[in-house]
Amino acid sequence: MMTEISLNILDVAENSTRAKASLVEITVDADFSADQLTVTIADNGCGMTPEQVERVTDPFFTSRTTRKVGLGVPFFKLAAESTGGSFSIQSQVGAGTTVTAVFILSHIDRMPLGDISSTIHTLVVYHPETDFVYRYRYNGREFTLDTREFKEILGDVPFSEPEVSAYILDFLNENKLETDGGAVY
Amino acid sequence: MKSLAELKAIREKMQSQVSLRGEDHDHIRVMVGMATCGIASGARPVLTTLSNLVQEKNLTDKIAVTQTGCIGLCQYEPIVEVMEPGKDKVTYIKMTPEKAEEVLERHLIGGHVVEKYTLSSADIK
Repeated sequence: MMTEISLNILDVAENSTRAKASLVEITVDADFSADQLTVTIADNGCGMTPEQVERVTDPFFTSRTTRKVGLGVPFFKLAAESTGGSFSIQSQVGAGTTVTAVFILSHIDRMPLGDISSTIHTLVVYHPETDFVYRYRYNGREFTLDTREFKEILGDVPFSEPEVSAYILDFLNENKLETDGGAVY
Repeated sequence: MKSLAELKAIREKMQSQVSLRGEDHDHIRVMVGMATCGIASGARPVLTTLSNLVQEKNLTDKIAVTQTGCIGLCQYEPIVEVMEPGKDKVTYIKMTPEKAEEVLERHLIGGHVVEKYTLSSADIK
């Protein structure tokens, strides 16, 4: 079981990179007036057939060959639905997949968001071949990280260079602080 | 908001150094399992610890920390595999950031496998 929403995001976004997505868009939108936290992970990867989409929330279905269970998506679904929220997947073969999870913020069973900045940093730095657009919204304020902008500036300097990696983490942490004032939820 | 101008400055500084560096086959490869099983057991802090220590100790030209999927030993996650050119692969199991630090010091820097954390030392049934 995941302990943080951010770890669910990391896990499901890993699926996008394995689906050979060249672009993964992750949106975390906390709206306290609506009492909702909406997480969207949209990719342009290989997509799934309607039959696969139907079975992907079944823990005993996986396309892997290393083991017989696939718990990533069921964990995310359960985490959202157990707060009274909702979960949906739209997918089309060849076009990509969009996963949307809505959490009710005030529900006692909602797990904390966790260290979302470090999670996005891990994704970005360890998947240099994939472009990421990360949008973080908090009560209407927002910031965006777009790795395509970074790559345009960096040219052949990789994200794994210590100074670049540190810059990306600072970018996420500082902009999150400006957006939500350091709120922990 | 943090500006992109800072990134431009880093780029200018790094450019000359990076162009000298090609793909290096002498690297020690350290792979952290980051599938659902790994993440749920705490692989992310292990990955971050290894990656930060390698950078802090200026070992990035010797050690490459990467991530991998599930290798089918979910009950032993977080798993860290060490692949050194010319040597057998070493699989560390049930890792924590503290154990990872010890492996970095004693194995990756010191050259001695930390037997007590390896898969081969575990009582497998």
